[in-house]
Amino acid sequence: MQVPILADLIAQGKKPEYLFWVGCAGSYDARAQKVTRAFCALLEAAGVDYAILGNEEQCTGDPARRAGNEFLFQMAALQNIELLNGYGVTKIVTTCPHCFNVLKNEYPDLGGHYELIHHTQLLQQLLDEGRLKVEGGAFEGKKITYHDSCYLGRANDIYEVPRKVLEALDNELVEMKRCRSNGLCCGAGGAQMWKEDEPGDKRINIERTEEALGTGAEVIAVNCPFCLTMMTDGVKAADKQDDVMVLDLAELILQQVRK
Amino acid sequence: MLQPLIFTLITLAAFGVAARQYWRVYRNIKLGKPKKINDRKGARWRNVLLIAFGQKKMFKKPVPALLHLFIYTAFLVTQIELIEILIDGFTGHHRFFAGKIGWLYPLVINTIELLSVGAFAATIAFLARRNLLKVPRFHKPEMAGWPTLDANLILFGEILLLIGIFTMNGADAVLQGLEPDHYPETGPLLISDRLGSALFGGLSVGTLAFLERFGWWLHILMVYAFLNYLPISKHLHILLAFPNTWYARLEPKGKLAHMPEVEKEVRSMMDPEAAFDEGAAEEELPVFGAADIMHLNWKHLLDAYTCTECGRCTAACPANITGKKLSPRHIVMAVRDRAEEVGKKLESGDPQFIREDLRGEGVALTPENFDDGRNLFDYIEREEIHACTTCNACVEACPVLINPLDIIIELRRYEILTEASGPSEWLPLFNSIENSGSAWAMSQDRDQWTREE
Repeated sequence: MQVPILADLIAQGKKPEYLFWVGCAGSYDARAQKVTRAFCALLEAAGVDYAILGNEEQCTGDPARRAGNEFLFQMAALQNIELLNGYGVTKIVTTCPHCFNVLKNEYPDLGGHYELIHHTQLLQQLLDEGRLKVEGGAFEGKKITYHDSCYLGRANDIYEVPRKVLEALDNELVEMKRCRSNGLCCGAGGAQMWKEDEPGDKRINIERTEEALGTGAEVIAVNCPFCLTMMTDGVKAADKQDDVMVLDLAELILQQVRK
Repeated sequence: MLQPLIFTLITLAAFGVAARQYWRVYRNIKLGKPKKINDRKGARWRNVLLIAFGQKKMFKKPVPALLHLFIYTAFLVTQIELIEILIDGFTGHHRFFAGKIGWLYPLVINTIELLSVGAFAATIAFLARRNLLKVPRFHKPEMAGWPTLDANLILFGEILLLIGIFTMNGADAVLQGLEPDHYPETGPLLISDRLGSALFGGLSVGTLAFLERFGWWLHILMVYAFLNYLPISKHLHILLAFPNTWYARLEPKGKLAHMPEVEKEVRSMMDPEAAFDEGAAEEELPVFGAADIMHLNWKHLLDAYTCTECGRCTAACPANITGKKLSPRHIVMAVRDRAEEVGKKLESGDPQFIREDLRGEGVALTPENFDDGRNLFDYIEREEIHACTTCNACVEACPVLINPLDIIIELRRYEILTEASGPSEWLPLFNSIENSGSAWAMSQDRDQWTREE
């Protein structure tokens, strides 16, 4: 797939509207890579002027910061800020709510000021503007439940936009009891992704997946690569992987977009 | 007259002791690091109005919110009656304002009566809910012992106070018919007219007069008891909820507090010219993060003193829900307990609490040289702070805008930055970010995904 690289465009004297910040999960995790590619396909379909940093992109430092390693976070952040400011980046879109949060809320303290947009917000915008058109079919009448990620939801109060994106598809949105500001975490945040759970009765992703499965939904829609991993693992643990799919909103849209 | 004299002495004692108690709380909160909070005043007043006065966040659970609202409004409105009680107490008058302010008097008294009935029912319901219904969040490990007793004592105290009000008003209502010269007309009382004749009808004037005084004294003594009990109780939230909502963070919940002291170090490390700055290496490195209350800021400590231990944070915490040791309420309670311990030790002036290398002839114990060999980690276990997913559910749940996550992050920062400890499983993560700029050590290119499918 042809994905524009920022350095190449700059060398040609072009400046794309958006920088797509892919993130570590979106770059390296096999499942999350599919979301990355799906989102790029949508950007292309909608004719959005964008580029990625490619191999110049580095971890935002978010997991280090949540673990308490402020030194490492600031080192990573300052390097990224130098790069981004050097390219004159102003607008960043990302498929990862953790990258979104740290770039939007925490980089300004270190001199990085960017306009951040989460991919679900951009998708909503593109649907609104008619630059992306979806046709019914794939999900007609199917039950979908939406899992709020903590870093898009409580951390940044974005609850309704992703739901509007889902409404664009012909499906029945069923809410879990713990949703929106009461949404339950998937268990990956705060650098938990990189360690075993502390002793307890249950894994958090199992608790959350059980709740999602309890709605009778055939699709669990997520907006975060970490939720994607955790919920997929939860569905496998419940042996429901043949009946229930865990999909990012970008994948849901791509399956129905009119080419 | 003897009664005004006794009243004056008791009142002075009650306020005198209370002043000292509140000063101790203030002093303990000031043990935290300074932090200037006075931006965006409009948004802050909005929080005070909506969340403290308006109880907005309570209404996430409508039934307890409504019951709590009865007790809260009864408390607020009863303060008006307190003005009359104080005047009567100091001067020996009986119901100073009765007949002097027209319809306003029965309006105020009846409002208090109606709210008090609501508060009475709510208090009984709360006692039953706490002790019979076994709501899980009231029975977590951190609630064992004093916290549970504290909660019940307050509810019993409220019942006594309400009994005082109705005994006073009920007896008064009957006396108004029998001795109109001494007991001025209050106007019709919706509750006490009926309650008074039902309970006290037919009793002698002497007995009634005694009952009226008994109710009056019970009421005011309970008020003074509360005044002095608040500073040692979780019930302090009725006062501190207001400043706490004013000083609460206004930024998005996802934003962690910046550490300028780390930025200074990192920038000088990354800038080769600044690396050999004069004497920079000589300075004693500051403590990064927090292991004790002196490393937290005063707002964290205000949070701890504002906590009423309702446990909504813990009930929403994904780690706690799945059986991990972490309970955000416990973190907040631990901070208050430790602040109390440090406050008491400082008050003792005992030189054994002076840091060893600073002890000497004529050196007095101060918060700056304090070291008792203990810190927050004597209250909080490591696995508690390691279990946090930073999901902000606890922050969202708190009805008075306490931020347990902020404290957890400060503890984590101390572990990693000052102690260089923490979960060993995080080391590969740190190494990978430092050496390969990625959260996972990968052999493939970062843009490999563009060349597949």
